[in-house]
Amino acid sequence: MSGRWAWALFACALPLGAAELRDPARVWDLLWREYLVDVSVIFVVFAALGAWFMLRYRRRAPDEEGSGPQLTRLAAVGWAVIPAFAFMADDFYLAAKTWDAWRVYREVPADRLEVKLEAAMWRWDFTYPNGVTSTNELRVPAGKPVLLRMTSLDVVHSYYLPDFRVKEDSMPGRVTYLWFYPRSPGEHLATCAEFCGMMHSKMIGKVIVLPPEQFAAWYEQEAAKLAAAKKPES
Amino acid sequence: MAFSFKEWIFTTDHKRVGVLYLIGSLAAFAVAGVMSLLMRYELHAPGPDLTANPNDYNVWLYFHGAAMILGFQIPALTGFLANYCVPLMIGARDVAFPRLNALSVWLFFAGIVMALATFVVPDAPDIMWTGYPPYSIRTTGNTAFYTFTVLLIGFSSILGGINFLTTVVYLRAPGMGWNQLNIFVWSICAAFVIQLIFVPVLGVAVTMLAFDKYLGTHFFNPANGGDVLIYQNLFWFYSHPAVYVILLPFIGITFEIIATFARNRVFNYKAAVYGGIGGVLLLSGEVWVHHLYTAGVPDWLRLGQMVSTLLISVPVGLLMISLLGTLYRGSISFRTPMLYALAVNFTFLIGGLTGIPLAMATLDLNLSDTYFVPGHFHYVMAVSGTFAIFGAIYYLFPKMTGRMYSEPLGWTGFIFTFAGINLVFFPMMIAGLYGMPRRYFDFEQFPEVAPLQALMSVGAAVILVGALITLWSWIHGLLKGAPAPANPWGSRSLEWTVPSPPPPGNFARIPAIAPDWHPYAYGRPRSGAASA
Repeated sequence: MSGRWAWALFACALPLGAAELRDPARVWDLLWREYLVDVSVIFVVFAALGAWFMLRYRRRAPDEEGSGPQLTRLAAVGWAVIPAFAFMADDFYLAAKTWDAWRVYREVPADRLEVKLEAAMWRWDFTYPNGVTSTNELRVPAGKPVLLRMTSLDVVHSYYLPDFRVKEDSMPGRVTYLWFYPRSPGEHLATCAEFCGMMHSKMIGKVIVLPPEQFAAWYEQEAAKLAAAKKPES
Repeated sequence: MAFSFKEWIFTTDHKRVGVLYLIGSLAAFAVAGVMSLLMRYELHAPGPDLTANPNDYNVWLYFHGAAMILGFQIPALTGFLANYCVPLMIGARDVAFPRLNALSVWLFFAGIVMALATFVVPDAPDIMWTGYPPYSIRTTGNTAFYTFTVLLIGFSSILGGINFLTTVVYLRAPGMGWNQLNIFVWSICAAFVIQLIFVPVLGVAVTMLAFDKYLGTHFFNPANGGDVLIYQNLFWFYSHPAVYVILLPFIGITFEIIATFARNRVFNYKAAVYGGIGGVLLLSGEVWVHHLYTAGVPDWLRLGQMVSTLLISVPVGLLMISLLGTLYRGSISFRTPMLYALAVNFTFLIGGLTGIPLAMATLDLNLSDTYFVPGHFHYVMAVSGTFAIFGAIYYLFPKMTGRMYSEPLGWTGFIFTFAGINLVFFPMMIAGLYGMPRRYFDFEQFPEVAPLQALMSVGAAVILVGALITLWSWIHGLLKGAPAPANPWGSRSLEWTVPSPPPPGNFARIPAIAPDWHPYAYGRPRSGAASA
């Protein structure tokens, strides 16, 4: 991809080739650590400088005045251009890392479970490929990427899985998507992140990650129930 | 001078108009502050505390956001400070259009009254200060009050923009060149250019909202060919630049305070003005999509505006270097205004650095709409802006009232406020990292953030104590303060050459500005500006 090439100068980026890193939650945590180191350096430099100036240059006589340097033209340009390039270098570096991680977030593995999500005030309705539906609880097999295709039946909501570090708005008239990688069995919180009225904070859902065989059993059983319900009485 | 109510109502004097703006914006600040205390009480523990109705909470939150931004910060900075300082700083007798100025301030008051109607109308607006449709159209709340508040204050701002840009262009004292302007004057010019370009866009957005809700149009209704994202784009196309309408003047006044109390020339003045203020102005309209990172807009748009958003660090970094550099080899006096100005450097640094992960689109997919976001923007805009305004009130107190405030009271108020805001907004960002979304009435699904919520509520109480002491220090200074000289701080800037308080018309004789005069020419003999 040409974008990748353009950033090559800066992107000694995340080792995203590794298969275990094709997971939004993991690249998020790596990128966050990267960010923390980056800004900690900037913070320490500025804060230490400010503290030192405050201590060193406090007023010693009531009618004392400062003697700040009168910059020459060259020094003035230098003090603008050099910091500007330093900041830009850091910006592009962070942008390149973010771009790499972005591809992990937006390029969904082909081997995936695809579920439809319709948000409404105030619930999450899921529809599985075989027509099985559920509300608020999303059951998925461990070890398989899950793609949600989302829309909304009324106002804007945002499906947020803090443990998987993903969210995307669901809106009426538009279809959006997100994917996450449930690796091992367990339960995870889902909650609404876009203000949607009275019960916004109570739009609580759950992702239940089951061992694959247990999921398969549940999935078959629900499909059978659905078929039974649909079968015309004879 | 006998107090005449009528003189204040019909005044066209820029200093009185400024004080009227100050009174109105502090009233908005007080009511919006009470709302935040109600919210902090509600959130101090899980479950319903103060009210069992989430709608009450939503109304408080709506009012807090809308009033703090539209009713307090923008009017306090571009109304009060611009009116009070700009004509004095450029050596003018008044603004270019004094009667238009009076219209601006009364439109602003009408806007405040419209906002306060929230508390008396049935079905108060509950749509957050962003007013996203379709919720703002479906709700039973009175979205119209939001629309008309925005329109009234928006008109007020547009008139102010025309007025102040004209004033600075035409009414500078004879001989005053563009490179001899106070940085605050530059920042006000830039802020009003932004207002003139972008306020109409917000006006359009909220008007379409009202049309959709009350007249049955379908701008934002996908069932009839509309699109919900049009509103979000229009709203943030104004509302992100609006952040700079707040940022630039508060940085500008921070420059004034720092230069005065360090008695030092501003470090690299031209880099701060052309690189810093000019750079922010240039980039301000190209970054709004970072508010829509999770809204499913095309990838190229999200990544493109990620880069432009990160680049904001360049002009902002230049401003920070100039601010810090002004301390270098200065003669720093730690009076109350200076404490606030130095605190702005600190809170703005934290706020700026915590903005970076929100600019990094991928990190934002997790952090967006969590407590991290309000934590960040309170540091970078709400607290920094408010500290700059408080610092400016102390700074101008002798000039406005002709009396000195009490330094110990000022210090005490500052210490409480500074401690309080860090107790509220740093834990808020940590709660965001736990995944706690914003605008939540309750947080039963996040038991792990309960201690942080309790801490934030304690912090809010500490801020209240600080704010009350600060208010008392102003009242005390107003009633009992020692008489103030014309130039208590030893500043070189023009506004300190006139008596405290300045008479109508400001200058007995308009000062003639010498080519080597500069508002920050400390450390060398006074020259140039005739001290009339």
